Amino acid sequence: MFAAASLTGAFGPVKAAFESAHPGTTVLFNFAGSQQLAGQIVNGAPADVFASASQAQVDVVADAGLVAGAARPFAGNRLQIAVEPGNPRGVRGLRDLARPDLKVVVAAPEVPAGQYATQAFARAGVDVRPVSQETDVSAVLSKVAIGEADAGVVYATDVLAAGVDVEGLDLPADVDVQATYPIATLRDAPNPAAAGAFVDFVLSEKGQAILRAHGFTQPA
Amino acid sequence: MKAVRLPVVMSVLSAGAACLLVLPLAGLLVQAPWTALPAQLAVPAVTSALRLSLICSFAALAVATLLGVPLAWVLARLDFPGRNVLRALCVLPMVLPPVVGGVALLLAFGRRGLVGAPVDQALGVALPFTTAGVVVAEAFVAMPFLVITVEAGLRGMDRRFEDVAATLGASRWVTFRRVTVPLVGPSLAAGMALSWARALGEFGATITFAGNLSGRTQTMPLAVYLALETQPEAAILLSLVLLAVSVAVLLVLRGRFGAAP
Repeated sequence: MFAAASLTGAFGPVKAAFESAHPGTTVLFNFAGSQQLAGQIVNGAPADVFASASQAQVDVVADAGLVAGAARPFAGNRLQIAVEPGNPRGVRGLRDLARPDLKVVVAAPEVPAGQYATQAFARAGVDVRPVSQETDVSAVLSKVAIGEADAGVVYATDVLAAGVDVEGLDLPADVDVQATYPIATLRDAPNPAAAGAFVDFVLSEKGQAILRAHGFTQPA
Repeated sequence: MKAVRLPVVMSVLSAGAACLLVLPLAGLLVQAPWTALPAQLAVPAVTSALRLSLICSFAALAVATLLGVPLAWVLARLDFPGRNVLRALCVLPMVLPPVVGGVALLLAFGRRGLVGAPVDQALGVALPFTTAGVVVAEAFVAMPFLVITVEAGLRGMDRRFEDVAATLGASRWVTFRRVTVPLVGPSLAAGMALSWARALGEFGATITFAGNLSGRTQTMPLAVYLALETQPEAAILLSLVLLAVSVAVLLVLRGRFGAAP
């Protein structure tokens, strides 16, 4: 099960629920930036299911002819600005991220979260100069949580998962980017039956309820 | 040198070793899309990463040499309580997984770090996200190689030459400069080559401590890593460039400062 890094928190309970509904099956996860996972699959890594943070990464795998059937959207996510608890630097919105005295961190342009952030900046018309472009969105969150960065653009689910370590600021609706997460079974899946069952579970009421509880929204 | 008949076991094992080391390099050379190389070299992000890698690795080498040689001398020549503990601590960065090294550097020199916090309060500057931070991260991982090699060289040299120099009236600094350093030359050259190579290839500590931004902290290894998923051909070419540069510098270092006779 190759899944985007932002799904780490939610897929733990999904795994537990799936395994108790299907005794004898074990789900093994490989969490990383979606673009890394797509690269691994294309290079022949044995995976059953691919859950990506954006359609673009699934397209990469589909172009290589490795997707079985069609990818289906299973979750949505919104962006938030992560800041330290108490918001000591007084960040109120995307416009503040252009302040020269703020250290802003985003995900690299190759990562879906990085692409979404760039879209949000474009929509808001702000020129943000980040001090670092991390290789996945979890690294962005850690840099804010440990106090090295003043602000980071992450998913709402990441902020929820970080609990008290980080505070999140919503983006106004006209600027926010709705991320859609597709899930697909893979052509060379070692265990196609279980792969299909897992995808069905994720799309089922129970699976969706778990995702909701972790801050994911309906797919667009 | 007379011809030596190698026992079969030695031949087989050394051939195995050579294969393990050479085959991946051969794979890189054979699979590379050579025709795309000129275009790739013209990409600004690539030249930027290469320039940054060279500047930072040589700066790290300078730091490692300037600080490492005296440390090696102290460890080799002075006897004091806790010397073995100090030596073990100095070697620790070699053993630490690079990302762990990066985390440790953050805890020491980051904005909330032991040393970094007061400096940030007082001067408003911090090492993370800066080119200087890259140099510090690379020096941190590379210096132990130099210290270990030079210390071994100092221990192994014949100290009577230093004594003779002293009886002939040379001051300690002159003795160090004109007797000790030349005698320990091959070890120093080897240590410097190892340190530089290690600094050039450093990835984990760099990305954790200094971050990743083209032109400021994105060295070649980081550029390769990011290109790997989305532009594998570019990644292969970048790797080739790094390989060529490394081989060239290593050959020059060993050639000029003398491999052991």
